[in-house]
Amino acid sequence: MTARPRRALRAAALLGVASLALTACAGGGDTAGSSQDPVDSETALEEGGEITVWAWDPTLESVAADFEAEHPNVTVNLENVGTGNDQYTALQNAVAAGNGVPDVAQIEFYALPQFALAQSLTDLTTFGADELEGTFTPGPWQSVTASGGVSALPTDSGPMALFYNQRVFDEHGLEVPTTWAEYEEVARALHDADPDAYLTNDVGDAGFTTSLIWQAGGRPYQVDGTDVTIDFSDPGTRTFVDTWQTMIDDDLVAPIGSWSDEWYQGLSDGSIASLVIGAWMRGNLESSVPDAAGDWAVAPMPQWEDGQSVTAENGGSSLAVPAASENAALAYEFVEYATVGEGIATRVEEGAFPATVAELEDPEFRGEEFEYFGGQAVNEVLADSAAQVAEGWQYLPFQVYANSIFNDTVGQAYVSDTTLDEGLAAWQESSVAYGDEQGFTVTE
Amino acid sequence: MAVFALVFLAPIAYSIYLSVFRTQLVGGTSFVGFDNYRQALTDPLFWDGLGRVSLFLVVQVPIMLGIALLVALAIDGGRLYGKSFFRISIFMPYAVPAVVASLMWGFMYGTRFGLVGNLNDLLGTAIPDPLSPDLILAAIGNIVTWEFVGYNMLIFYSALRVVPHSLYEAAEIDGASQWQVVRAIKIPAIRGALVIATIFSIIGSFQLFNEPSILQSLAPNAITTSYTPNLYAYSLSFSGQQYNYSATVAIIMGLITMVIAYVVQLRGMRKES
Amino acid sequence: MTALTASATGRPSPRLRSTLRPDRPRRPRSTLTTVLTGIVLVYSLVPLVWLVINATKTQADLFTSFGLWFGADFALWQNVVDTLTYDDGIFLRWFGNTLLYVVLGAGGATFLAILGGYGLAKFDFPGKRWVFAIVIGAVAVPGTALAVPTFLMFSQMGLTNTPWSVIIPSLIAPFGLYLMWTFSAEAIPTELLEAARMDGSGEFRTFFRISLPLLAPGIVTVLLFTMVATWNNYFLPLIMLRDSSWYPLTLGLNAWNAQAATAGGEAIFNLVITGSLLTILPLIVAFLLLQRYWQSGLAAGGVKE
Repeated sequence: MTARPRRALRAAALLGVASLALTACAGGGDTAGSSQDPVDSETALEEGGEITVWAWDPTLESVAADFEAEHPNVTVNLENVGTGNDQYTALQNAVAAGNGVPDVAQIEFYALPQFALAQSLTDLTTFGADELEGTFTPGPWQSVTASGGVSALPTDSGPMALFYNQRVFDEHGLEVPTTWAEYEEVARALHDADPDAYLTNDVGDAGFTTSLIWQAGGRPYQVDGTDVTIDFSDPGTRTFVDTWQTMIDDDLVAPIGSWSDEWYQGLSDGSIASLVIGAWMRGNLESSVPDAAGDWAVAPMPQWEDGQSVTAENGGSSLAVPAASENAALAYEFVEYATVGEGIATRVEEGAFPATVAELEDPEFRGEEFEYFGGQAVNEVLADSAAQVAEGWQYLPFQVYANSIFNDTVGQAYVSDTTLDEGLAAWQESSVAYGDEQGFTVTE
Repeated sequence: MAVFALVFLAPIAYSIYLSVFRTQLVGGTSFVGFDNYRQALTDPLFWDGLGRVSLFLVVQVPIMLGIALLVALAIDGGRLYGKSFFRISIFMPYAVPAVVASLMWGFMYGTRFGLVGNLNDLLGTAIPDPLSPDLILAAIGNIVTWEFVGYNMLIFYSALRVVPHSLYEAAEIDGASQWQVVRAIKIPAIRGALVIATIFSIIGSFQLFNEPSILQSLAPNAITTSYTPNLYAYSLSFSGQQYNYSATVAIIMGLITMVIAYVVQLRGMRKES
Repeated sequence: MTALTASATGRPSPRLRSTLRPDRPRRPRSTLTTVLTGIVLVYSLVPLVWLVINATKTQADLFTSFGLWFGADFALWQNVVDTLTYDDGIFLRWFGNTLLYVVLGAGGATFLAILGGYGLAKFDFPGKRWVFAIVIGAVAVPGTALAVPTFLMFSQMGLTNTPWSVIIPSLIAPFGLYLMWTFSAEAIPTELLEAARMDGSGEFRTFFRISLPLLAPGIVTVLLFTMVATWNNYFLPLIMLRDSSWYPLTLGLNAWNAQAATAGGEAIFNLVITGSLLTILPLIVAFLLLQRYWQSGLAAGGVKE
């Protein structure tokens, strides 16, 4: 109890540390791997070493094990740091703190620009990743190259399709809709026939909304370096808003949040009869809604105009090499192994939906009949969708933040008198304000 | 004390340091003086959140403490069958982590398949959706009340236990009624406990975070990212990377909480003496 | 012999009655009070009953059966086994971590609270009022506000993603300190200490010989509170830890719950529910076992001004 002076010293020392941390915070990552010389991959693999991988994708476990088996000198520490946002938070914190940054990180497409812009990621062109164009389907490739260079390699993709409950459709004599206008009609017919049943659920989901706008031809975000345009008044957005506002007004979407237990219950008992969602849903239905086996089927995504075949991506993620990685060459070897190498086969086998052209065109892959889907060759529909993704979509370099406030703004249209239009306007306003504050040049 | 410095003083100092800077995704860090404070004090989102927790405080805390006090008096009054069973059972929810409690109530709140839905089906009632924007604050209040009634009850009960028996005996000789005993002896005797429980409840209300944050995934439109000041601070730093502004909001919130807690304590103590 | 007959006839002798008399005159038990308190009781217990019942259900039954009654299959044991073995028994690992954090964190916090509280109560030094203000202030500062700065600091020291990053912050329990402070002030008569000092007993000797035994109920109480706090700690480990093999139970459960929302993930709500039950059981057992101590601890001065 006599150590007061020492205490003061200690506190002062801590303050020193604190300001150090801030400096690190301000500095951000080093210039993205520019000092890296092209490295001979064989050397990296032979020398071996240890890499840390942050990913929540369960199929990577086998991939990591196989990779280690093939390269005895390499150790892969696979850590599940949390799904999506939780991991981005951890990654941002680690980058800010300047230590504990992993060598490989799983990042969803929509979040990539944010990390790329902050120069937290190694440009994989250094390792010749730019030559992989054409290996991947256009949607994912566009996503990983949107910020210039190659920010990451796609692991899976989410070309959208219509998953529907055949049993419920049969029961009520419903036709599978091919356009959104038909989709609305079917939704009405189903809900009229059974007030407890809905064609789909939606309580406001940024990913879903932006994907539908994407499909409808809207391009609300235009990004060129730090010049950003945000405009939700273009015709594509209008098309989406007109239809979806009716769906909400007429109580045609179930007020159930996706991924909640109620959602799984609805998918299981048929009271949520369809989902327009990314291709990866195939695996989720199989593993998490086992009771509805045989009920579900897959059809092409409904179109905004009759006779078109345009789709969009919903979700999908990639593996990136953070700039702070001390073993970038080896990290890249792992990324390549998992995304274009032998890892793909393992991952597809375990239920992942690939992003590589070769797999998607592979007759064996396309022809596989899924017992869960009543023997339907589901991949055929999904792979076709992957080839039809509309071009030219961009995400904001602060999409993670923008999506986090989606429910504060657009979400209000689902629970109050606010219209989708007003909601989108509010979303735009908040996003612009944030962009300005963060030093971007934002135009509306 | 070194640990105390490490865990409290240094981060507080660091927060204050952070709060006078601004870091941008584009453009780096600059010193901005009190700009962040000016911004926070005119930020409608911050005031909305503060208003919400204040409402929560004014409604939930009296209900919770009221129930706790009544139960404590009932158990202490010896007019109860099986009082130790009551005591430990009502205290038990305190053992449930806020995370688990929120997950659990979240499951139960479901109007379609949850307990609320079950009850509606069974009784033909129409209990409205607890997760709708109008009711969500009450739903959160319910969870918090559930978690802490027993805890506060126990604090009151323990304080009641040490009231000298001579006081009761004297009252009995005077022929005082139960109610008079409660008012004239018991309540004044546990004023200290009441004040402390109130202070901690106020602090708890202002720091409301776990429950709304976990329910958010179930009711994303009802619980916005700035629903409570604490949630706002969290969203600012973790979704928006606005560490500086987040620190500012946290500091202002901490100051407000301290002032109110201090005032309550002064008032409570003055009445006592 | 007379006493025996007396009690057998139900009329104990006056002497005997006075020693056996309960602390307070026994009043007639009231059904009304019991019913009213019973409502609160039901309110407290229903969710726990719900938890127990639903821990017996399979994933499928969870979705289809009434919440407050058992499902078609009684799958409790299967659920428990699944919970304990899922993902190579990671649940047990989390359990062990939680124990580690509780023993070191709560134990350390209690120890520091005893020293600090005792020191503040029994020694006079300038600025004592300020210390009090700071302690109350420390309670008032939102934990979320401290989290990020603490993280950045710890990160500089290389402590993040280690158990220390969870244990060190839990060492400080302002509420515990406060409790020990008031408790020490109440439970240990200053005259006793002065007498000991007069006798030439050193401060440490006085503390261990005289004060510590008197403080025992308070210590158990503080220990219990810090235990609950550490056991239920969520936010701090969420930020500090990345490696799921260092997760405490709360974080692990939330990770399981979040797994339902992962592309390629598997919804395991039944394990989340069973895991929740297993998480709270040890605390409830601790409550029951230590009941006698903490109640007297609270009573004897913990919350008196």
